Amino acid sequence: MNTLIFRTIAPLIVSIMLVFSLYICLRGHNEPGGGFIGGLIAAASIQVLGLALGVPDTRKAMRFDPLVVAGGGVLLAAMSGLLSAFTGSPFMTSIWAYLNFGETTVPLSTPMFFDLGVYLVVFGALTAVGLALASDRDEEDL
Amino acid sequence: MNAPFDAGIALVAVVPFVAALLAPFLHRFTGRFTGWLLALVPAAIFVFLLSFVERVVGGEAIKVSFAWVPAYHLNLSFYLDGLSLVFALTISGIGALIVLYSGAYLEGHRHQGRFFTFMLAFMGAMLGLVLADSLLALFLFWELTSVTSFLLIGFDHGRQASRRGAIQALVITNIGGMALLAGAILVSQIAGTWDMSALRETGDLLRQSGFYGLVLFCFIVAAFTKSAQFPLHFWLPNAMEAPTPVSAFLHSATMVQAGVYLLARMTPVLGGTQVWTTVLVVFGGLTLIWGGLGALKQTDLKQILAQTTIASLGLLVLLIGLGSEASIAAMVVYFVAHAFYKAALFMVAGAVDHETGTRDITVLRGLADKMPVTFIAAALAALSMIGLPLTIGYFAKEEMYLGLLSGDPTQIATLVILVVGNALLAGVAMLVMIRPFLGEAVPTPREPHEAPIAMLVGPILLGGLAIVAGILPEWLGHDVLQPASLAILGRAVESHLSLALDFTSLLLWLSVLTWLLGIAVYRQADGARTVLRRIDNAMRWNADTVFDDVMFGLIRFSGAVTRFLHHGRLELYLVVVFGALALALFGPLLVWSGFDWLVPAADLGNWWIRFDLSSLTFYEWGVVLLAAAGLVVVVISPTRLTAILSLGVQGTALALIFLLFGAPDLAFTQFMIEVLSVAVLAFVMARLNLDRRDARPPEDWLRDGSIALVCGVGVTLMLMQVLSGTLDTRLSDLFTATSVPIAHGHNIVNVILVDYRGFDTLGEISVVMGAGIAIIALMRVRKVVQVKKPRAPRKRKEPA
Repeated sequence: MNTLIFRTIAPLIVSIMLVFSLYICLRGHNEPGGGFIGGLIAAASIQVLGLALGVPDTRKAMRFDPLVVAGGGVLLAAMSGLLSAFTGSPFMTSIWAYLNFGETTVPLSTPMFFDLGVYLVVFGALTAVGLALASDRDEEDL
Repeated sequence: MNAPFDAGIALVAVVPFVAALLAPFLHRFTGRFTGWLLALVPAAIFVFLLSFVERVVGGEAIKVSFAWVPAYHLNLSFYLDGLSLVFALTISGIGALIVLYSGAYLEGHRHQGRFFTFMLAFMGAMLGLVLADSLLALFLFWELTSVTSFLLIGFDHGRQASRRGAIQALVITNIGGMALLAGAILVSQIAGTWDMSALRETGDLLRQSGFYGLVLFCFIVAAFTKSAQFPLHFWLPNAMEAPTPVSAFLHSATMVQAGVYLLARMTPVLGGTQVWTTVLVVFGGLTLIWGGLGALKQTDLKQILAQTTIASLGLLVLLIGLGSEASIAAMVVYFVAHAFYKAALFMVAGAVDHETGTRDITVLRGLADKMPVTFIAAALAALSMIGLPLTIGYFAKEEMYLGLLSGDPTQIATLVILVVGNALLAGVAMLVMIRPFLGEAVPTPREPHEAPIAMLVGPILLGGLAIVAGILPEWLGHDVLQPASLAILGRAVESHLSLALDFTSLLLWLSVLTWLLGIAVYRQADGARTVLRRIDNAMRWNADTVFDDVMFGLIRFSGAVTRFLHHGRLELYLVVVFGALALALFGPLLVWSGFDWLVPAADLGNWWIRFDLSSLTFYEWGVVLLAAAGLVVVVISPTRLTAILSLGVQGTALALIFLLFGAPDLAFTQFMIEVLSVAVLAFVMARLNLDRRDARPPEDWLRDGSIALVCGVGVTLMLMQVLSGTLDTRLSDLFTATSVPIAHGHNIVNVILVDYRGFDTLGEISVVMGAGIAIIALMRVRKVVQVKKPRAPRKRKEPA
């Protein structure tokens, strides 16, 4: 697995996968996709990176502890639900806002942030577990 | 007065908790003055509560209620009547002195800030307990006192005895807590209200209910565990492992009195029946004598006082059980008397320990010269405990005897128990007062000198109060006794308290008899101790060792159960899981559908027609063949790596089926899961031996194969059953119709996940998160184990 070709091409694959995962996540509300699938794709991309570079370098490249990312995801999801308290409606009632930029309209909503939270949780938790399993026998601390 | 002022009684239970949170930070800035500062909190509460005395004496009861969890009729309601006022005043008043005292007692202790936190939280819990009106709120505060006392008893957590005492107290009092919850639920079901103030209006409803026995049992278990009644008394002496200020607080005014409070509170609705009287009087009497004798056995000052607390609690329970006007009056007065002298004596014991380095009365002598103020405090308190005239203890004793002068044989028996019990307590009081302080001075581990002022304020004040209250019996009767008995009995009890000594009265001579017996006990204390200890040693076990046996038995039992269920052999777990799945698939089919389930199975004969495979296009054929090929390779592959990869192929084929038949989201997920699991497994397996699989013996092969086959057939049959019925599309129709107008999304699956069922998803991602943490934690554990003890290489079974 550790060939020169793979190591060279892996970052490219990974970056494409990450962008794609975000795309899948964001389009989820109307097309097949969503936070869960997006998170899975992103987690898979990190596994690819792990295969190519080895676990320690992958961790360094990630810059964040994946469990922190996952925790942030739970927080983001819960917070997006709390926003509805400001409108006086029950927890997790969705709020929509439409921003107009000239010709295009960008819809923003609490479900979107919720979905991003799901994305982060799936991404973080699976990456953490995958990397931990991979580095089980490595010298570095988990 | 106005309503906002009344609402302040809700704050009484809250403010200590706030102070508890702030205590460690405060301690960092104020250092050794923290005790003085924090004592202001309970002192302020005390003063605030004093302002209600006048109204409560006037027969008023103040009630404040906030909706807490309205769905469960749980109100945070507080109720201030004579009974709760007496308890709340003692808790806050003595609490202030204790906080002050512990500031000096634990000065320089590493965790003093933490100690204040526990102490104030404990106080808040106790105040909440006695002020709570709703039974549910009472239960919550009741459990809070258990938890906070657990923290306090185990404060010195480096010592094993301390931990054991804390756990024991928690276990025993929590049994009572559960009983209380059960009792509270029963009461609310019978009476239709959670509020104790409303319960009083229901009259005999509870007593005449068919569940009276059960309700009574629950409340008695709760009260007996908390108030350390025989045979559940043994945790209380072990709770002595706590720092002395805790003992002083716990024993005088707070947690152990919670049971007494509960019994007194429930007297109007549960009390007065034959069984109530019998149980309380018998167990109370037993506890009284047991504790009195127990005190004689001990040489440690704190242990002696702890045993007398047990005796006093027995006495209080006995008096509640008798339930006559005079005995309830005696109960109230004795409660106050006991709170005063017990807190004072414990603080004295702590001061002696603090200044001399020992608490053993057999080695302490003649401290009066070196610690005169401490001695005065001890003497004042002990005089009240003996029950000499001009002390509040005297009135308590007179009232007790007064209720039992009718000449009825059972009353005479009770009277005898009371006299003996009081004599034992009086003897012990003399022991505590005279032994360490009078006589020739002897060397002690530390050179004795007077304790710091903060440690003397409490005992002197309380000892003094015991006398002051004794000199002012009218005040005691009017302001304390009447409102409290009004709350318990529903009518004001006339105070019999007066200072005049009537030499013709039998009462006085009973008192004299008690004192004489007390002197005899004091003189024979050493001999009695030897005898009692010999009896103790002759007994093979007692409640304390039984507790240990039960606890260890429980641990052994759970260990055995765990080893049986959690044996660590993965293949057996899987056998159980899939066996259960097979049962779950076939069981309902057999039980509920009779033999109709065989119909689709009979169709299996012409499945060719049923599925109409000719309609499949070539790529659908391809997918089916891919799945089948993957499956076959999994089964026959000789190495693990091939098996993993072909399982991935099979899963991918499944994902393709999802994609072809209109579930793109599911297909996506399936694809990614397959990729990830193959990648992760390959990661892990790269470090293991992938060359070949374990060879299984034929019997395993047969077992696993048949379970797999049964499960497969079961799932197939179930799917056929499902497909043979008409699909109920109401729900999906609803989602299709509403997803765009309501949730602004075209992808129903996603709309359901993030909008309609968002709360479920939130729970699920929390589970994913938790599972991730758990897996990593497990792997760390394995890593540590590996470092310590390399795992023995697994033996391979050779093919038979």
